[in-house]
Amino acid sequence: MIRLVLMFLTLATTLHAESIVLGLSQDSVSITATFDGSDILIFGAISRDAPIPPDAGQLGVIIAVSGPDQRVSVYRKERRVGIWVNTDEVEVDRAPSFYAVATSGPLDDVLRDTEDLRNTITVSRAIRSVGATVPDSATFTDALIRIRAKEGLFQMQEGAVDLEQDTLFRTSFRLPANLLEGDYLARIFLTRDGRLVDTHSTVIPVQKVGLERWLYNLAHVQPFLYGLLSLVIAVAAGWAASAGAAALKR
Amino acid sequence: MQLYLPIAEVSVNIFLILGLGGLVGVLSGMFGVGGGFLITPLLFFVGIPPAVAVATSTNQIVASSFSALLAHLKRRTVDLRMGTVLLIGGLVGSSLGLVIFNYLRELGQVDLLVSLFYVVFLGIIGALMLVESVNAILKSRKAGGARKQRKHHYWVHNLPLKIKFRVSGLYISVIPPLLVGVLVGILSAIMGVGGGFIMVPAMIYLLGMPTKVVIGTSLFQIIFVTAYTTMLHATTNYTVDIMLALLLIVGGVIGAQVGTRIGLKLNAESLRILLALLVLLVCGKLGLDLLLQPSELFSIKAAGAL
Repeated sequence: MIRLVLMFLTLATTLHAESIVLGLSQDSVSITATFDGSDILIFGAISRDAPIPPDAGQLGVIIAVSGPDQRVSVYRKERRVGIWVNTDEVEVDRAPSFYAVATSGPLDDVLRDTEDLRNTITVSRAIRSVGATVPDSATFTDALIRIRAKEGLFQMQEGAVDLEQDTLFRTSFRLPANLLEGDYLARIFLTRDGRLVDTHSTVIPVQKVGLERWLYNLAHVQPFLYGLLSLVIAVAAGWAASAGAAALKR
Repeated sequence: MQLYLPIAEVSVNIFLILGLGGLVGVLSGMFGVGGGFLITPLLFFVGIPPAVAVATSTNQIVASSFSALLAHLKRRTVDLRMGTVLLIGGLVGSSLGLVIFNYLRELGQVDLLVSLFYVVFLGIIGALMLVESVNAILKSRKAGGARKQRKHHYWVHNLPLKIKFRVSGLYISVIPPLLVGVLVGILSAIMGVGGGFIMVPAMIYLLGMPTKVVIGTSLFQIIFVTAYTTMLHATTNYTVDIMLALLLIVGGVIGAQVGTRIGLKLNAESLRILLALLVLLVCGKLGLDLLLQPSELFSIKAAGAL
């Protein structure tokens, strides 16, 4: 099977000999104190060794950006003794903290299901949940996708990739403010009639910097010191307040 | 203006948080309450994760209580011995509370636990305050009504391990103050409050302490218990957000000065009714969230990066 795929892939590349050349508006994203989300522009061109044969299928570009994977618990509420309580839980072993897909056309036209399955391109393929203890575990992964989509963490933008003269493409993604740190992977898929022709990927590091970085590290590496620091600040502020109030009275 | 909070990992509007701190500061200045019981639910409402809200508001309470304690120390209205006994109980209670908190966090029930605690305690306190202040107003209209004689023989006087508390003028067993301390410690860890709203009535009605030393002594206990709780949250859950605390503290300090001035101009009893209504309002909002069917039945909790 794999050999067949490989053969097919080499065949496809030799036939069209199309490959991706990529550019990014920024190589990394810094989370500073005033960070309020960020837009990232992904653009590029398709380089060809030979002119496009007239029988070549429709060209498609799919861009997927994924954040670090997490283990996620999904809870469902039910009414118990009159109040709404978390009752069922499904552990999703692996779900991206951020996942955005943009395509140059309707998804069904630019990507075949088999290619999606092989390359885990759409978000439902990127979530892995095994050993669920409830019968309807699919509703839990659906809920995960729905909630993350509402927070802007999962995005599906069909037709958001501008494809000009079958050569130049570009799209932009909105990274929301509640972003997890880590290496974000941007993957670009080039398809003809929904079949993969070429892929290209690049890493965009997302990191807290400056004060944010320092405080976060202190809190996690030296929690005792961090706790003391927060208390010192609190006591100093309390003292300053009473001193200030006394000065105001005079 | 947005500010990204490094621990809560959300971006918040600076002025919204300063305003929240200020609002609670105004209230604490007006009514003489710590305000922890208001700040934590308000932080939930603006989208701070509950664990961070609880841990950070304990840090904020340290600041607001410290300036008040300084004033009480100057006036010598702190019973240090009683405060120490309450404190020992408080440290035990806070440790216990954190164990419960973390256990339920594992189970995914911590939001429910915190909400339930708030609904129950805010409901009780709000109702009691409302009834009492309405009664007081009615009584003051029928001026000259017979004042009820306060009982001076409490059952607590018959327990063993008696100690002399000179400042309070009491000779009682250490068991009741220890238990009061434990209860307040548990509340501090779970609800992110100082617990003055439970401790003050308990000290007056249960222990029979004179009213003038009650506030100072409770502040003494609250500072150390909330400081200890802050340390516990910081070292076990990493959920204390310094930036958030700082904004709340700055807002609170300014608000408290404003509140004190407003409080001097208003009638004390109508003030109490206002506070009672406010407490019941917050309680009602939290209660409705539990009772009404939520629009989203599912919730997610990430266990951190793999």
